[in-house]
Amino acid sequence: MHKHRDRLLQVGVVALALAVLYGLGSIVAAKMRALGVEPGFGFLWQRAGFDIGDTRIAFSAADSYGRAFLVGLVNTLSVAMVAIVASVILGGMIGLGQLGRNRLFAWLCEAYVEVFRNVPLLLQLLIVYVVLIGHLPLPHEAWQLGPDIWLSKSGLALPWPAWSGDGLMLVRPVLGRFTFSGGAMLSPEFIAVAAALTFYTSAYIAETVRGAVQAVSHRQTEAALALGLSETKTLRFVVLPQALRSMIPPLANQLLNLIKNSSLAVAIGYPDLVAIADTTLNQTSHAVECVIIIMAVYLTLSLVTAALMGGWHARLLRRQTGVHA
Amino acid sequence: MGQQDHASGCGVVPSIGQALFAIVAAMKKLLWLMAFLFSATVHAGATLDGIREHGQLACGVSTGVAGFSAADSNGEWHGIDVDFCRALAAAVLKDPSKVRWSPLNTQQRFTALQSGEIDVLSRNTSWTLGRDAGQGLVYAGYTYLDGQGFLVPTRLKITSAKQLDGAEVCVQTGTTTERNLAEFAGANHIHVKTLMFENFRAVLKAFFSGRCQAFTTDASALASIRAYDSGKPDDYVVLPERISKEPLGPVVRRGDEDWFAIVRWTVFALLEAEERGITQANVDQLRASSTDPSVQRLLGVSEDVGKPLGLDKDWVYRVIKSVGNYGEIFDRNVGAGSLLKLPRGLNALPRDGGVMYAPPLR
Repeated sequence: MHKHRDRLLQVGVVALALAVLYGLGSIVAAKMRALGVEPGFGFLWQRAGFDIGDTRIAFSAADSYGRAFLVGLVNTLSVAMVAIVASVILGGMIGLGQLGRNRLFAWLCEAYVEVFRNVPLLLQLLIVYVVLIGHLPLPHEAWQLGPDIWLSKSGLALPWPAWSGDGLMLVRPVLGRFTFSGGAMLSPEFIAVAAALTFYTSAYIAETVRGAVQAVSHRQTEAALALGLSETKTLRFVVLPQALRSMIPPLANQLLNLIKNSSLAVAIGYPDLVAIADTTLNQTSHAVECVIIIMAVYLTLSLVTAALMGGWHARLLRRQTGVHA
Repeated sequence: MGQQDHASGCGVVPSIGQALFAIVAAMKKLLWLMAFLFSATVHAGATLDGIREHGQLACGVSTGVAGFSAADSNGEWHGIDVDFCRALAAAVLKDPSKVRWSPLNTQQRFTALQSGEIDVLSRNTSWTLGRDAGQGLVYAGYTYLDGQGFLVPTRLKITSAKQLDGAEVCVQTGTTTERNLAEFAGANHIHVKTLMFENFRAVLKAFFSGRCQAFTTDASALASIRAYDSGKPDDYVVLPERISKEPLGPVVRRGDEDWFAIVRWTVFALLEAEERGITQANVDQLRASSTDPSVQRLLGVSEDVGKPLGLDKDWVYRVIKSVGNYGEIFDRNVGAGSLLKLPRGLNALPRDGGVMYAPPLR
């Protein structure tokens, strides 16, 4: 009886929420029509008419707004991926470094954490970017970092494989009248966003790692050492596996934050999803639709990340404790 | 069972928290939309009633383009677009100082107008068919005829925009600018790499630190940037090409024809005053002693040119007394009397070879 009432209540709440959404939707649609804008996602198939400088997939002004959104999504994902990998590695090292026996190194790691987690991310991003474009040399005076690797205000130019008539060829960047062409180019905007996200997030991850390691009972370390395991082996086989278990949920939080924080990229002109949506919104007046797309994409990315991390956590628990979910 | 709940719970709790965060992140945008939703339905004359009720005109301007709308170190606003709002305030509120300035970026400007946040958008905004007909807005006229150009460092030794093949070009997003650039590049078979920035200061920073080799926007704005923001005007040059037509003018909400008429005829009154030789300095004298019927009519001495607009008959007098005629506004802000020294060009009266033509005020 009780259960039935609960279910009825839930259905009622969902129905009410849907009704409110529908009501809001119709008001917005009516209002947009009154202003001469036909609501809907049809505009995604229209010609975008603008170019995007920094892309991982081919794009030209003749492509559609929909493809522009895809370019923005790929840009968001690529910068987030690089930052995720880098911040997990850096954060792990600094987290463990804080616990190390070298006092100076531990102190440096602590200082790193305090600096990078207490300065607002937007400010860090702007500082990194302004320093990069202010101090890198002009393309004609580029620094050579290796064979065919050039760093300048235009970014990091690298040789990159591409298909040609003879098969896969390594294409070298060549300096033209203004800047480099050919090969791959990592723009200063991409580098700045990836670096700022890495610095900021790794400080939080370091704290997560430190907390998780310290949460493992000290008796376990003592027991392992008493059994004759070396310190490295104790860390690797006794402490870290247990720390990992309690580390994953807060780590998932940090990764989700990182993905959403990548939207700050718009401040320095990196064409991420939000930047593309803003341009589209301004050109087409489809503000509501663009905001819906932004929300849906970030929600999906967040839920997928949370599900992956949750799945990893559950598997780890299963393996380590024998509990079957 | 209990263990299973616990294990999955760890995954679910943060994910819902994150979902909420994602929603909060979009709140700022939604606030604009809410204002848009719950704005009062427009009826003819509603805007003027609102302005009179509040005792001030809400004027949307730029976040700072010298010569058009920019605040000085005392917080005083100056520029053609600013003087136009002062003229409007003088016409409808009898006091040119009763203006509330709303600095808006390119993304905010139309939403601010659509939502009723501002009464008029006087902010170097290009008149295009799409904006005039498709977005619930309507242009009341033009106050400056501009065209998109390119600013490049002198050291690159470029003399034409067609030499920009392979260059990185900085653009401020959310404007017609990025589309014009793409079309120009396509038509001339050159390839340029577009760097789009949202923030005007950010795009200036990028250009002046050498991140891009050219900066494209309206030529008047480029002249202003070169004169005021570059530090060394001689190190930069505006290329001769104008790759678009950019008629800049005041914009109002669609659906309030009475307000639209006031804004449109204020533009014409400024032009008519220049044509008749009425200036800020001589307006009092002409009002007292002129025998020219068109001057008498304009200044409310003989006929009443305010009534059809719902204004009093002295409105043009107050406008000219406050800001001067169109020529004076032009010279003071962007012309010979300013640092920009832009030529009148198309913005002259027809008798001087321009196209600034006003229908008769009678």
